[in-house]
Amino acid sequence: MIEMFDVWKTYPNGTNALKGINIRIEKGEFVYVVGPSGAGKSTFIKLMYREEKPTKGQIFLGGFNVSRIKERQIPMVRRSIGVVFQDFKLLPTLSVFENVAFAMEVIEASPKQIKPRVMDVLGLVKLKHKAKMLPSELSGGEQQRVALARALVNNPGIIIADEPTGNLDPETSWEIMKLFEEINQRGTTVVMATHNREIVNTMRKRVVAIEAGQIARDEQRGEYGYED
Amino acid sequence: MPATSREGNTVMKIRTLGRHAREGVKNLVRNGWMTFASISAVTITLLILGVFLILAMNVNFFAQNVEKQVEIRVFIDTLATKDNIASLEQNIKSIPKVASVQFIPKDEGLKQLRESMGEKAYLFEGMDKENPLPDAFVVKTKLPQETAAVASELKKLEFVSSINYGEGTVEKLFAATGAVRNVGIGFIIGLGFTAMFLIANTIKLTIVARRREIEIMKLVGATNWFIRWPFFVEGLLMGIMGALIPIVILIISYHYLVDAINGSLIASQMFQLLPLFPLVYQVALALLAIGAFIGIWGSLVSVRRFLRV
Ligand SMILES: Nc1ncnc2c1ncn2[C@@H]1O[C@H](COP(=O)(O)OP(=O)(O)O)[C@@H](O)[C@H]1O
Ligand SMILES: [Mg+2]
Repeated sequence: MIEMFDVWKTYPNGTNALKGINIRIEKGEFVYVVGPSGAGKSTFIKLMYREEKPTKGQIFLGGFNVSRIKERQIPMVRRSIGVVFQDFKLLPTLSVFENVAFAMEVIEASPKQIKPRVMDVLGLVKLKHKAKMLPSELSGGEQQRVALARALVNNPGIIIADEPTGNLDPETSWEIMKLFEEINQRGTTVVMATHNREIVNTMRKRVVAIEAGQIARDEQRGEYGYED
Repeated sequence: MPATSREGNTVMKIRTLGRHAREGVKNLVRNGWMTFASISAVTITLLILGVFLILAMNVNFFAQNVEKQVEIRVFIDTLATKDNIASLEQNIKSIPKVASVQFIPKDEGLKQLRESMGEKAYLFEGMDKENPLPDAFVVKTKLPQETAAVASELKKLEFVSSINYGEGTVEKLFAATGAVRNVGIGFIIGLGFTAMFLIANTIKLTIVARRREIEIMKLVGATNWFIRWPFFVEGLLMGIMGALIPIVILIISYHYLVDAINGSLIASQMFQLLPLFPLVYQVALALLAIGAFIGIWGSLVSVRRFLRV
């Protein structure tokens, strides 16, 4: 499903963020990406949804050669991936419903498809009753659930998340993690960069540790392994 | 594997078109004062541009009228026989640059001379019996600018005694009308670019305000054109709205100007304003087209930078 062959990333300022990454992630897997701050986790994530281009190496994702595609094919790659961020990235002037529907409008789905599908995913993240509210009227955890609903609404095969619980308190973090777990159990591949030691050690999954731009460890049902 | 066939659907759905129009209008309303500033910039620019356009078209019209009046008078040797005159006419007609040749017998020539003198016509009294004027041809060239060249060719023909086409004056007139035209065109192009720059800048401000929205659109897989369209609509509408006010102002004021000048004594066959129609249609169309172009260009230029998210 996702494969990287000898992937390097050097930023224009000369920083070597990734140095020779090789990895294979199967369809339906749940992978934590851990490692110290500045190790290259976010860069690793950004390469997958083609926010950044690798300096060297090949990246395959859901039938695309992401490292080789043309600029105008990027939207097609992004439509097969759902992305979730630490800062939610919701539009403040749109309601919860509109924020989620936005992702369907952009790919030109019909209003007939949009309405039931948006209500479906809002049901999945248990926010149906707040569909008409603005993001500013929601708690951080609820906002992240809206972002997750938006990432899921177009039925992507892969969900990529960069520290989705970074801004949330432990209890709320668990709620979000349970949702990711549920989504994964429905067959969606999940790749998540995280700093959350307790979660990684409790909800055991495959752990890929990146240190100084290289994969230092890759274990099934692994541990967080760092003292924060 | 990497499949080119998986590109976005380039044929836009009607529903999507509706969405872009709605978004464009919504943005105009949402950014009320910036919209107002943009439209004002277009309005002022197009108003000045419209005044210049009307001025330039009238100068052009005047120049054409003057140019049309330019003619060459070919005076015929008094010794020429009827046959000589006929063959001279043939010779003149065979010059390719000549548009028309008209024979003016000396009596007719005298009459024309008297008329052109107006009050001083009494000076020619009693000349009917001893008409000193020779017979003449009046020659018009296809292009007024070729007058001098044709005149020098005519001079060489047999039985031509002399030639008159207001040497010097004609050349100066052409130089003057040409200069006026070029300055007008230069000014209009300059103003057009100023307006484009203003719109591009204003739309850039509205795009900065919507940066986050564009970033999220890109993240969820919007194509560049999907992102561009609302801005395209927005720019187009601003350009067109900016053109409407100047069009109305120009139609009304030109209507009064034409009434005032063409009905007055200053007006003559040479000096006249172009009639209201079809001039105002042409100017309105030009302003609408320029307004639309400026608006679209401004929006696309501004949005380009923000698509590299
Ligand atoms: N846009 C960028 N330009 C230059 N350097 C960058 C950029 N993004 C990240 N880096 C650098 O690349 C390295 C890896 O960063 P990042 O992938 O964000 O790490 P992590 O997410 O693990 O904290 C760091 O040294 C960081 O400073
Ligand atoms: Mg990071």
